[in-house]
Amino acid sequence: MATGIKDKVAIIGMGCSRFGERWDAGTDTLLAEAFDEALTDAGIERRQIEAAWFGSCVDRVNVGNSAIPASTALRLDGIPVSRMENMCATGTETLRGATYAVASGAVDFALAIGAEKLKDTGYGGLPPAYKGTFNDLWLPLGSAPAGFAQLASGYRSRHGVSRDDLKRALAHVSWKSHQNGVLSPKAHLRKAVSMQQILDAPMIADPLGLFDCCGVSDGAAAAIVTTPEIARSLGKRDFVTIKAIQLSISSGIESSTAMWDGSHVRNTRNASGRAYAEAGITDPARQLDLIEVHDCFSITELVTMEDLGVSAEGRAVTDVLDGRYDRDGALPCQVDGGLKCFGHPIGASGLRMAYEIYNQLLGRAGERQLKDPSLGLTHNLGGVPYLGIAAISVLGLHN
Amino acid sequence: MEYGITGFGAYVPRLRLDRAVIAAEHRWMAPALKGLARGTRAFCSWDEDAVTMAVEAARDALDDRQRHGIRTLLLASTNFPYADLQNASIVAAALDLELALRSADCGGSQRAATTMLAQALAAGEGEALLVASDRPLGKPASTQEMTYGAGAAALTLGGEGVIARCLGTASISAMFVDHFRASGQRYDYFWEERWIRDEGYLALVPQAVGAALGKAGIGIGAITHLVMASPLRGIADAVGKKIGFAGKPADALDDGCGYAGAAHPLLMLAAVLERCRPGERILLVGFGQGCDALVLEATDAIADFKPRRGVAAVLADAVKTDAYLRMLSFQGSIELEWGMRGEKEVKTAQTDQYRSAGQIMAFNAGKCRACGAVQFPQLAYCVNPACCAPAAQFDPFTLVDSPAAVLTYTADWLSYHPAPPLYVGFVQFAVGARLLMEMVDIGPAGIDVGMPLRTVFRIKDRDTQRGYDRYFWKATPVAAG
Repeated sequence: MATGIKDKVAIIGMGCSRFGERWDAGTDTLLAEAFDEALTDAGIERRQIEAAWFGSCVDRVNVGNSAIPASTALRLDGIPVSRMENMCATGTETLRGATYAVASGAVDFALAIGAEKLKDTGYGGLPPAYKGTFNDLWLPLGSAPAGFAQLASGYRSRHGVSRDDLKRALAHVSWKSHQNGVLSPKAHLRKAVSMQQILDAPMIADPLGLFDCCGVSDGAAAAIVTTPEIARSLGKRDFVTIKAIQLSISSGIESSTAMWDGSHVRNTRNASGRAYAEAGITDPARQLDLIEVHDCFSITELVTMEDLGVSAEGRAVTDVLDGRYDRDGALPCQVDGGLKCFGHPIGASGLRMAYEIYNQLLGRAGERQLKDPSLGLTHNLGGVPYLGIAAISVLGLHN
Repeated sequence: MEYGITGFGAYVPRLRLDRAVIAAEHRWMAPALKGLARGTRAFCSWDEDAVTMAVEAARDALDDRQRHGIRTLLLASTNFPYADLQNASIVAAALDLELALRSADCGGSQRAATTMLAQALAAGEGEALLVASDRPLGKPASTQEMTYGAGAAALTLGGEGVIARCLGTASISAMFVDHFRASGQRYDYFWEERWIRDEGYLALVPQAVGAALGKAGIGIGAITHLVMASPLRGIADAVGKKIGFAGKPADALDDGCGYAGAAHPLLMLAAVLERCRPGERILLVGFGQGCDALVLEATDAIADFKPRRGVAAVLADAVKTDAYLRMLSFQGSIELEWGMRGEKEVKTAQTDQYRSAGQIMAFNAGKCRACGAVQFPQLAYCVNPACCAPAAQFDPFTLVDSPAAVLTYTADWLSYHPAPPLYVGFVQFAVGARLLMEMVDIGPAGIDVGMPLRTVFRIKDRDTQRGYDRYFWKATPVAAG
């Protein structure tokens, strides 16, 4: 009987490049920034890494396909390096690969690293996706915001929320993240904005305006994992262990059957339910001290509060407007600014979330440090609400 | 056995523009256009062409009638999207006609449709579907830009349920060049109207009409309806007078549609058939490098035939637009800056398109025999998590006329789309299937969750690099206006 991975793997080093419009840096430079920091933090040498997972999503810009761009950039010689691509959930997938390698006993040290270089496209937003020769024959074009904006119509119709009330709650989601981004030195957007600016912004995909959409950024993030025993042998006293990593991927139920009402993200519910079980969490709203969720768009963050079970069904609008998820609220969410302001270099984002939880747990979060957190959650979404991937990790201080 | 017309249908694009708006844009250089600025004209959305309009007109004519007996499909136009790719074959695939079909394109002249009809009536071979569909383009600030429109009409022919029989036809061929358009050119080039009237219509039409009436064995006095399409306003009255027709020529559908090229004779005929009484006789005239004249007679069965919507309904189903530049952009007369997102490669894998034709062209979902779930797309196993039976046992279930409504939607201003914003969302079919679809022709009524939708056959993507348009089905509000 499988027992899960709770406390079987420790994170002993993490790194994150500065996110943003990195006109100065190519992908190899971004990878190196994250890698150097993680290696120094872990206190091990490059040659001790026995396996690596490299995550990157958009290969038409960036570095092309395969893991070779990472193994050459980081001079990882002769070890297994795997390429991971699961859309925006890629970063968490790399952590899962490295974690499972250590938990299985196959290796002592594994590296998870994700990077995306999006600002070489020549325009804002993500490049249009290819869905394969068959799907391109029938699937409408549609931007990422269009995929998520539909949650708004589904949510409103399910819960009878007015357009104005929802729009105000969505604005608060972004307002809060802008407040937090100011305190994150590595964040892409470090500027507070007013509620009115958010509400008055140009429409991107109805009802999402410009400020309802996250930044599209260049960046990289990395984690080095090992066993708790080895961590202790390296002299680490306080360290972070992985309590759970779970994924859920659509099988077509949302997009091809009438079993989904368009108001929520089914994968988040599946993955978080299993992650809570793996981590032994029974009351997430009380037990979790902070969460970093996939706020690619404000509506995503809002419905995620219900999908994670930290807001009751239909209560997210009220909870958000009450400040429950603000930095000084009951359950701080996106303390580092989230995708919205820290930025969203796709392949790095899951690891960037883990980086914030890791630093908060270790008391290294500087100006935005929360008081004594011991358990945090990351929520990383790939694809769209109806055809996608949810990846949840739960990280905590080792007992 | 009697053979004749057994049904008719029509399509006019929903998009309309006041001619006064066009005239106002050209006032600085062509103030005289104001004299033509009456009513509205129809124009194709960016994703409509002769093929898509033909499919819609054929759906209107066929409605729920059995279509598996159709053995001939003829498609007339002077604006086929393809020069070498049988356009009728695309229409046949969208209508899910049988493989045993003689299909052909008929073009080259604005009387292509009347010639095709005369030939098919003369052949009298089995069940046939004739569709005429056209979208002639007038150069900006031309008379034609004001008077032209777009539309399609379909006729079914056969031996059972004949609603109009043919009493006689005659054709003449004459190298009379009132206008022309060379291959690859966009706009028609016209000669002087007075010459076209005197030496063309008034000289040539009476010859063909006289011969046709002679074959029918009746005089002009026995004709109730004169159906003669022309890009020139008032010409039908002059011809009617010349041939001794006492009544008023059939409505030219000038308001709401405009002259729809090769489709126009059949579109006007459909409008006449819609209100025609048994026993009434129709003189149908097609003009272009000669003339076709057909004498038709409505049978008692005409009282029993109803198209799905018909000409009056499609004319009334309008989405009024307000920007002249939108029409120009949709018809390719101006090049706008669409940004880098518009550079996305949309190359079609012909192999996959052929393999998936049942799904893509006929819009066939799969109905699982094991659990009954209707699903699109059809993949290897049933999507129902409690079933997952292999797809080999699915029965095809077309979503084309399946009742549907909006489940989710958004208006996407970020994606490249030639008619921004891109309306996209989940379409929930009452039968249980659902899929993400593009939603088009959104009118003043807007769009909202639960709004009833119907499907329309449209251009999915335009591959401008290779000159290939691919087609798929989209959703549109049942009521847009």
